[in-house]
Amino acid sequence: MSKLKYALFTGCTAKQSTPEQYMSTMALADKLDIELVELTEASCCGASHLQDYDDFLSLVLNARNIAYAEKHGLTMVTICNTCQLNTAMTKHRLDENADLKARVNEKLGEVGLEYKGTSQITHFLYAIIDDIGLDKLKEMVVTPLSQFNIAPFYGCHNIRPSELQNESHKTAENPYKPSSLDDLIIACGGMNVDYEEKNKCCGFHAELQAPKTAAILTGKAIAGAMDSNADWMVTPCPLCHLKLDTQTHHASEAIGRDVSLPVLHMQQMVGLALGCSKEELGLKHHLVNVDFV
Amino acid sequence: MGTHTITTQKVNFKVFRFNADVDYLPYYENYEMEVTSEEVVLDILNRIKWDHDGSFSYRRSCRHGICGACSIKVNGKATLACKQSMTSMTELFGNELTIEPLSIKRAVKDMIIDKGDFWEKHDAIRPYLISDVNEHPEHEHLVTPEEAEELNEADLCIQCGSCHYACPVVEINEDFFGPAAFAKAYRFEADVRDDAHTERLQILHEEKQGLWDCVKCFECQEACPKDVNPIDKITKLHNMLFKEGVATSNVATRHAVGFKHSIAKNGVLDEGGLVLYSEGPSIVKHIPVAAKMFIKGKIVPPWGITKSDNLDEIKKLVESSSTAKF
Repeated sequence: MSKLKYALFTGCTAKQSTPEQYMSTMALADKLDIELVELTEASCCGASHLQDYDDFLSLVLNARNIAYAEKHGLTMVTICNTCQLNTAMTKHRLDENADLKARVNEKLGEVGLEYKGTSQITHFLYAIIDDIGLDKLKEMVVTPLSQFNIAPFYGCHNIRPSELQNESHKTAENPYKPSSLDDLIIACGGMNVDYEEKNKCCGFHAELQAPKTAAILTGKAIAGAMDSNADWMVTPCPLCHLKLDTQTHHASEAIGRDVSLPVLHMQQMVGLALGCSKEELGLKHHLVNVDFV
Repeated sequence: MGTHTITTQKVNFKVFRFNADVDYLPYYENYEMEVTSEEVVLDILNRIKWDHDGSFSYRRSCRHGICGACSIKVNGKATLACKQSMTSMTELFGNELTIEPLSIKRAVKDMIIDKGDFWEKHDAIRPYLISDVNEHPEHEHLVTPEEAEELNEADLCIQCGSCHYACPVVEINEDFFGPAAFAKAYRFEADVRDDAHTERLQILHEEKQGLWDCVKCFECQEACPKDVNPIDKITKLHNMLFKEGVATSNVATRHAVGFKHSIAKNGVLDEGGLVLYSEGPSIVKHIPVAAKMFIKGKIVPPWGITKSDNLDEIKKLVESSSTAKF
């Protein structure tokens, strides 16, 4: 098998508030012998907020990002659920609407680019599951996470809307009973924790607009994991990570109970199992200390 | 033509039971049934009532996915019982199915809930055509097929409540209108005959109750049995707030607009800059968390941001492709 190679869309967070996510992505790719071509030309995906203001502009910008992956002739891999949603949704809308695609391409033409629709877009989590496979991953584990109860937190924008999301990967995900992250935990030797909030919203996208609502959602998510005896949580989404890791004070206040758990990025968890060092994985960049490594 | 084979399988149902008149707490009843591939969820509700317990209560009427009465939850998934095939349910969840009302805390008797809050919010967004109709018109009031197309999807709503009771914000914030009311509001906002666009948008712009409190979880789109796609209508209403000049400057509108400024400047987002732009002087409340994040190396100062390569392209596209003003 030839070496796996993808165009990496890092998103904005990996370069700012979650440096550990970028570090662990690179460390893990190295361990998995994956080549990542970073799309340094890419802009922000709009995070579904620019979409509220100017939908057409967000389509043009996302189409531009995809056009760069197409230029490399590679599948685009995302490491943020919200990047995945907005990029995949742009692709879906342009691929099914020739008129809209023409309007977007008219703009892209001004800067010498074209959206063709030739690159697939998938989250790193699904790239690992689909292209490497859990069986092979299991064989690569050198430090099984067998002493840990790990609570998966899926993040909305990787599992809903399921019709769109299931276009992006081979392994179909049931949004009411998702299993990919559970399977990944098991492959790493850990014990997956089942709890009601694992496929629910963390509140990130309303943190400024509706802080109380957002804090209650965060609190319920962490509390759900704690009540199911989780030692820590794991998520494929850096925005969920930020909400669950940095907002524990507000969350505790909102639900009237102290809640806090270490929240690892999916890449950090797999990296630990595959023998990456805690320095490589940037474990010191968490607000809730990762004290078990 | 191939022959159609009917298959059967054994399914265990765990059914929510509660009678607000006599029960202190709800409980679950278990039923094991042979289910055929031709049955829908409503057939199971009927069989529970007809074959096992005549007191089992649920709403049903049209049996054709039009009246919206029979929506319930199966393993947490909102389901229009008369439309959802049992095969699709066992394919999704296996052979252990939990049957519950749309909202447990609003249960009155078994599957029957008090939908009072749903209708109250539905009424609050003025879900009707507001137009100064000339009673003696000289000619027809023409609506083009393209104009009608704009509201067709939203018009499919049957008010079943599936999206409303799947929305996590509805559960937390009792003022929040919820996805069904928003989709209905859009249906009239997109109607060219309506004269109350601005008025209705102002109601939708209000914080706590309005559009800006949506958390973008897509539970509503997932729950809708009629492909109304409520969150898509929420986005379109957001766009209308700006297009119609209803959006006033607040943390939510500045947050949406701030993305454009940030992208035009750096290509990527300046996270700190966005929060500052959105919050204004209220930024002070974020200082304690920001300080902790700074110590952990989670905050990049504006001068440390790695801008996108080929930033000129992005600047040019922001200039040429913008369609909204604020």
